[in-house]
Amino acid sequence: MEKSTVFNNRLLPYLLLAPQLVITVVFFYWPASQAIWQSFLREDAFGLASEFVGLENYTALLAQPEYYRSILTTAIFSTLVAGFSLSIALLFASQADKNLKAGGGYKTLMIWPYAVAPAVAGVLWFFMFQPSLGMLSRPLRGMGIDWNPLLNGNHAMILVVMAAVWKQISYNFLFFLAGLQSIPKSVIEAGAIDGARPMRRFWTIVFPLLSPTTFFLLVVNIVYVFFDTFGIIDAVTGGGPAGATTTMVYKVYADGRLGGDLGGSAAQSVILMVVVIALTAIQFRYVERKVQY
Amino acid sequence: MVEHRPLSDFIAYAILTLGVLIVAFPVWLAFVASTHDAATVVGGHMPATPGTHTLENYYRAIFVGGSRTSREPVANMLINSFVSAIGIALGKIFISILSAYAVVYFRFPFRKTAFWIIFITLMLPVEVRIYPTYKVVADLKMLDTYAGLILPLIASATGTLLFRQFFMTIPDELLEASRIDGAGPFRFFKDTLLPLSVTTMAALFVIQFIYGWNQYLWPLLITTKDSMQTIVIGIKKMLVATDELAEWQLAMATAVLAMVPPVAVVIFMQRLFVRGLVQTEK
Amino acid sequence: MANVTLRSVRKTYPGGFEAIKGIDFEVGDGQFCVLVGPSGCGKSTLLRMVAGLETITGGEIDIGGRVVNQVEPADRDIAMVFQNYALYPHMSVYNNMAYGLRNRGMAEGEIKTRVTEAARILELSTMLERKPRQLSGGQRQRVAMGRAIVRQPKAFLFDEPLSNLDAKLRIAMRVEIRKLQRRLSTTSIYVTHDQLEAMTLADILVVMNGGMVEQIGNPLHIYQKPATTFVASFIGAPPMNLMPAQSDEVKSQIPASGAGILGIRPEDFVITNENVSGGVALNLTVEAIEKVGAETFVYGSRQHVTQEVAANPGELPPGEVIVRVPGAVGPAIGERIRAVAARDKLHLFSADGRKRVEI
Repeated sequence: MEKSTVFNNRLLPYLLLAPQLVITVVFFYWPASQAIWQSFLREDAFGLASEFVGLENYTALLAQPEYYRSILTTAIFSTLVAGFSLSIALLFASQADKNLKAGGGYKTLMIWPYAVAPAVAGVLWFFMFQPSLGMLSRPLRGMGIDWNPLLNGNHAMILVVMAAVWKQISYNFLFFLAGLQSIPKSVIEAGAIDGARPMRRFWTIVFPLLSPTTFFLLVVNIVYVFFDTFGIIDAVTGGGPAGATTTMVYKVYADGRLGGDLGGSAAQSVILMVVVIALTAIQFRYVERKVQY
Repeated sequence: MVEHRPLSDFIAYAILTLGVLIVAFPVWLAFVASTHDAATVVGGHMPATPGTHTLENYYRAIFVGGSRTSREPVANMLINSFVSAIGIALGKIFISILSAYAVVYFRFPFRKTAFWIIFITLMLPVEVRIYPTYKVVADLKMLDTYAGLILPLIASATGTLLFRQFFMTIPDELLEASRIDGAGPFRFFKDTLLPLSVTTMAALFVIQFIYGWNQYLWPLLITTKDSMQTIVIGIKKMLVATDELAEWQLAMATAVLAMVPPVAVVIFMQRLFVRGLVQTEK
Repeated sequence: MANVTLRSVRKTYPGGFEAIKGIDFEVGDGQFCVLVGPSGCGKSTLLRMVAGLETITGGEIDIGGRVVNQVEPADRDIAMVFQNYALYPHMSVYNNMAYGLRNRGMAEGEIKTRVTEAARILELSTMLERKPRQLSGGQRQRVAMGRAIVRQPKAFLFDEPLSNLDAKLRIAMRVEIRKLQRRLSTTSIYVTHDQLEAMTLADILVVMNGGMVEQIGNPLHIYQKPATTFVASFIGAPPMNLMPAQSDEVKSQIPASGAGILGIRPEDFVITNENVSGGVALNLTVEAIEKVGAETFVYGSRQHVTQEVAANPGELPPGEVIVRVPGAVGPAIGERIRAVAARDKLHLFSADGRKRVEI
């Protein structure tokens, strides 16, 4: 896909590209290559000299139980958040698609949480479920559950998951609604004439035709859990209690801030880079192949 | 269609209403909390309806600041957030429309390479390269500055891709007619391309404004002075102390204030927002 | 196998727009009924009401003796072929055809028999595993028909199925559809805006305009004795010439016509200087000629009438008359000719065009 008519100036394009390229190189490629380089180094105890240690940082990392823990946490997180927010969003989108009178206004009402910062979302949910003064903590304790996300790792996880799902529903809802509305009405009508009742039509016709959207959202949601949840985690649990909510990204931040282990932190960054590249590649590859009608 | 499912319609309305409630409830609660005094909020039996301390709380939050941890009045933080969000949005629009223009409408050596260099940045959000980027910013003496808040975040390629996609849909005939009329690259850009791109720029602006406003990790790292904090970090710092003693009603007021600008942008520019979302993800 | 009967059927949309204003007709068992009319006349809406895809505001629709107003599309035992085929994009050709049968709980063995037989009739046997996007337009159309055939429904409904095909394919498919329908003897209702398609396919032709029926009957009968000026100019191409019966030329020759509208088909004129008693002779100046090989169409303007632009698109400018001359030889442009039509070829309508009057 190229333009057939172009300008032939020699110098101008480089000038036009310069701002973006300069910023990209200075703030992206230079740090990224630093991270890769640093991952092969280890600083001494005083932070004065570094020596090249090859893949030692990586092997040390992979031997660390906390690292595996963060991988597991990230995985559990992704599954729960993606699973819940996709299902709930699909439910809402399918109901909103039904040509009910409130349709358009409903869309506005559902999409604004996208504008809420993850950190703020975390704070809101923390406020609701704060052990002592949270409004929703009371009924939980009334039911006999000793609800305390500050001390109980599982509770902390649940709280963070809820905040993340809450925020992500609107994004998924938007894309699902668009996907549903792009299915030609006549195909649904043909299904009705072919004897399929609404539920059957949904699962045998609508849902399969929605699969490109679903897959795309799945990848996006996973990337979201990897990165955008940092704000929620830091605001709500600070990665605790005792590392229960430390995802891989959070660990990069925490290790780099506290310890002097820049090498290990850099190695973690590089591993994350590889994961994201893989996920983005899958996303781009798949988005290319769209269903044609 | 002839279909008799009144129950189905009822269920649909019920589910949708439930959806709106779930989505609105946390925010509603925050708003309510921001209208009561400290004792009511912390006491654990806050009612679900607004209280009477609205003006007082908001005044204190905006102009005086929490007394314990963050001495910074929210007003300052709001300004910081505004400056950085608008800076990020405008900055990104500026550099990406120029580079998209270069990549689409010119032929030059390394054109494809330049494009890939920019494209790859999509793959790595700032969270992955935080410490090295921090070091670069520190070396450039940009810690605690607006430049430091803004520049590293406009590096990614979303804007360039968006404009490139858009430029591809503009018919070649427009450029040909322009050239026949004697226009060079500047004239074409200023008189033809720019006016056509207004909606795309607006859509990108909306998305990037929200993105910039809601940034958390990056501002957290590079601002050490309270006076440079954005509002999103400010909230967190209000809660750092042992929770019972944190001034929750002020924190909630701050949270509400932190949500208002981006939410307002989404609601009033909904169509542009949706369009921007859908196109930047393709 | 069943009759389809419409009694005083009406449809009004929530905003107040009355799309169907009261329609009655009956399609007998095994008959091929065509609904024809200009865009917006309501023919597709009416078809969709029979299918159950639109609700009915008034009147009754009866399929096989059963009133189906409140019956869901799934239960009406009808099959529909859509204009854009509406095939299930994610299913193979085989599954597209099997879907309806599976929904009714038919055994896989029986499904296989029906689908392979339908595929054989429609020459789709080699394509059963393909997906719709791998098929051409004509092939997709046949799959859509296959999907309808396997159901062995009480009635087939066709919603402009040939509109998306190129001209040559359209003519070929037209014949195929007719042959197929005759073979299966299934009651069919077919919607089109193409009057030629309507004429060639229909057992019963229903001409619609503005939500109402203009005329119902055998196509040839409608052609020969149109009931209104709308039908007269809609059916038949080039359209019938219509002129006020009060113009000097006409009045002098047919005094009894009064204030009505006179209609003469282009092929009913003869260019001659002889006298024809009781008929009409028009003196024309030739403005334009169209030679299509087997015949020639002569566009002439009448004396005493100023040439203006036509009042509505698709109508002849006032004073312009089309005369058909067989063969490839015709008058020259600018020539004055005398076009004569015999009395039994004349059509006379009331002044408002809504009624046919006998001369």
